[in-house]
Amino acid sequence: MIRFAGDSGDGMQLTGSQFTTATADAGNDLATFPDFPAEIRAPAGTTYGVSGYQIHFAAHDVMTPGDTPDVLVAMNPAALKVNEDVLKPGGLLVVNTGAFTTNNLKKAGYETNPLEDGTLDRFRVLALDVTKMTLESVKHINLGAKDANRCKNMWTLGLMYWLFARERDQTIAWLKKKFEKRPELAEANIAALNAGHVYGENAELPHGINAYEVPAAKLTPGVYRNVSGNEATAWGLVAGAQLAGLEMVYGSYPITPASNLLHNLARLKHFGVTTFQAEDEIAAVTAAIGASFGGAIGVTGTSGPGVALKSEAIGLAVAAELPLVIVDVQRGGPSTGLPTKTEQSDLFQAVWGRNGDAPLAVLAAATPGDCFYMAIEAVRIAVQYMTPVMLLTDGYLANGAEPWLLPDLDSLQPFPVKHYDDPEGFHPFLRDEGTLARVWAVPGTPGLEHRIGGLEKHRDTGHISYDPHNHHLMTQVRQQKIAGIARDLARAKVDQGEDHGDMLVVGWGSTYGSISQAVRLLRSKGHQVSHLHLRNIWPLPRGLGELLRSFNSVLVPELNNGQLVKLLRAEYLVDAESLTRVTGQPFRIAALVEAVEERLQRSDK
Amino acid sequence: MSPNPPKKDYTRQDFTSDQEVRWCPGCGDYAILAAVQRTLPSLGASPENTVFISGIGCSSRFPYYMNTYGFHTIHGRAPAVATGLKLANPELDVWVITGDGDGLSIGGNHLLHVLRRNVDLQILLFNNQIYGLTKGQYSPTSQVGKVTPSSPLGSIDQPVIPTRVALGAGAKFVARAFDTSKQLTDALTAAKQHKGASFVEILQNCPVFNDGVFDLITDRKTGPAHQLWLEHGKPMRFGANGERGLRLSPTTLRLEAVTLGRDGVTEQDILVHDETNPALAWMLTELADVVALGVLYRQEGPVYNEDLSAQREAAKKRFGKPDLHALLRQGHTWTVS
Repeated sequence: MIRFAGDSGDGMQLTGSQFTTATADAGNDLATFPDFPAEIRAPAGTTYGVSGYQIHFAAHDVMTPGDTPDVLVAMNPAALKVNEDVLKPGGLLVVNTGAFTTNNLKKAGYETNPLEDGTLDRFRVLALDVTKMTLESVKHINLGAKDANRCKNMWTLGLMYWLFARERDQTIAWLKKKFEKRPELAEANIAALNAGHVYGENAELPHGINAYEVPAAKLTPGVYRNVSGNEATAWGLVAGAQLAGLEMVYGSYPITPASNLLHNLARLKHFGVTTFQAEDEIAAVTAAIGASFGGAIGVTGTSGPGVALKSEAIGLAVAAELPLVIVDVQRGGPSTGLPTKTEQSDLFQAVWGRNGDAPLAVLAAATPGDCFYMAIEAVRIAVQYMTPVMLLTDGYLANGAEPWLLPDLDSLQPFPVKHYDDPEGFHPFLRDEGTLARVWAVPGTPGLEHRIGGLEKHRDTGHISYDPHNHHLMTQVRQQKIAGIARDLARAKVDQGEDHGDMLVVGWGSTYGSISQAVRLLRSKGHQVSHLHLRNIWPLPRGLGELLRSFNSVLVPELNNGQLVKLLRAEYLVDAESLTRVTGQPFRIAALVEAVEERLQRSDK
Repeated sequence: MSPNPPKKDYTRQDFTSDQEVRWCPGCGDYAILAAVQRTLPSLGASPENTVFISGIGCSSRFPYYMNTYGFHTIHGRAPAVATGLKLANPELDVWVITGDGDGLSIGGNHLLHVLRRNVDLQILLFNNQIYGLTKGQYSPTSQVGKVTPSSPLGSIDQPVIPTRVALGAGAKFVARAFDTSKQLTDALTAAKQHKGASFVEILQNCPVFNDGVFDLITDRKTGPAHQLWLEHGKPMRFGANGERGLRLSPTTLRLEAVTLGRDGVTEQDILVHDETNPALAWMLTELADVVALGVLYRQEGPVYNEDLSAQREAAKKRFGKPDLHALLRQGHTWTVS
């Protein structure tokens, strides 16, 4: 496992993602964790301006970016300061001594130079003046000092490629394309990349550092690509709209970490996708609702603060019973919170966060690739049940990448929508007896002119109704409609282990990898622990209550202050216990293992 | 999704829904509703291709009384809902119904952006200078000193001028009329014929909470002296016998109301209305004792939904048939065997 760390202007995210691609090419399974500051360019050299990119790769399947890196690349003192505690003792530390100036040391909060005071003795340190060697490698190209200096991330990447026997071709091709219009920059970056690689090959490195290879992992055969959650979500929405036979209107207001959903979809106009960068979050969702009223599938994407602003409009879609997909790429809260850090703290907001009794369906994707399938599912439920659907992902899924076995598109089940067109006995709240979905009659259809809105409607005419009994029945029918979605969902089943035992670990969302690895470890140690991961948060899948009760204990790890656990306790009256962590980072596997073992021991006594 | 062509000659009845109209007796909204129901058939509109979208407030009940498609949405957001609808189906004829509170207070932001984008919609803003549905609080267009339950000592808010907000937002069509004026039909017709966002402010009397606030302008006796009905290319004259008019003062660069035949003022001194002149339109919103009515400003401009359709078509031409299979394989892939 490697962590690249440097100033937010050092190009660490690019370095990390290039290494990811090369690693996937080498046939390794992998998981990544980009970790960058909220400021676009925080002051250089400061600890809060440090940007990191962690990649975990192995010959076995990898589910998380890992806990403690084996290799840390620190481009300046601040990057070292922030990350030195996470590097595994005995791990390899690569530092750029060129950036270890008195001034930078002071900015990072070092009183003495850690390279000289012995504090780094627990690591294998490779101290190189990357700055100087980079400038040397590009001096034959006429570049300004700033541009030349910027090549040092490629120099470092070249060294890492040598260290892990990665091919450079893909990165070279990428650089050529990226700097198509400035060939001198392409040349310089490639020169730096090659120089780093040559350095690794030729230099007499200190003892104990040798190039090593990680053999290929055993993955399911097929065609793979790397995919981030936001890419997969965008493509899943497009696939969903195609399966429904509908045009899509995506209304959005830029917000971290959901913005690149908008960017990804804006390029897909030829797929019948209209993107609308609205004036605010409310306009984004109401435009999507207007589009659904017009017969398209309206979608809006945002993060927690945006969902808060959209809540009243989502309630309108609940009352008017219009299809709508809301993607919430969760981030740390409350308020502006931690925009670039991951968290799972919008579950309550998704399930309950509206005025009145306003039920809707809530889904949660488990991995970056799973975002594709859950986005399709969100569209399906929205159009088949005429309801808003909230799809929860998070910053970690959105930006994290994993090798993804490309789906067989022909195997995806179409769910074509036919808008209602029969004037005979029509009123807008005619319902399907099975799903309880109301008819979807769209403007432009002769004979079906009707008015809908946020006021309560009479169940038999669709006209405004203040009748108390009618409101009671309409409230119930809205609730029954959402509850009924569970009928066409798979029954709850464990993802790993038996369907009874000492402990069931119940997770949801992006903790899938951590929990799965932890449970695998626990089971290999002989513990009777199983893992169940919920993708349907509301309604919950059938059979979940029985499953929960088949275990002696239930543990619910979440990256929030305990939300799913309360939902499960309320719904099933089970004594589920909570394990929470809100540091803006994924669970550490070791911490999960420790927490489970501690609880198992406690119950033995 | 293309709409069907109108099958027959529609009448006012075809645009009238079976719902009982529930505005207070004497409300100006009745006259506006009648004018809209009367005007639409004459413009070749068909009920199935016409949509009324409203926010919240007295005015926003309007869609329920139209036998067209309608959506009574949430407070202030009708322009955004209408924009989304127009994105999904640009062929529809979409009208936004809003009020001074809905459009200029809670929904001010959306009004600004729908106007500057120039989405092809008609926006009718009923201005009664009061919050009616919540029982009579002052609104953003209420005059300073207005005594209401929430301003017992008189409102100290400076009012906004709706037409000025529209012009400031970059609206390409700005008109004004009042509820009972026979020229309301002309304003509605011009609004519908204009391509792009058409903004029509309709002065509307609230007989319960703000009765008579526009009497000076709308009264049969006093009105003619205070109504300036604009016509493109015609001198801007008003008064019972057209004896008054507007002149541009070269010393103050302001419009001033003058009387023909007095102080040597002749027909030649009266300024001719040019509805394509934004500076003139702005000056017409600043008049003191006369209200400019009719079309203040009209100018062709790029229409949002048309430009969007053009981009969509261009993308289709450039990238061809959408191919999800190819999309997923774009960029780097590898095979595991």
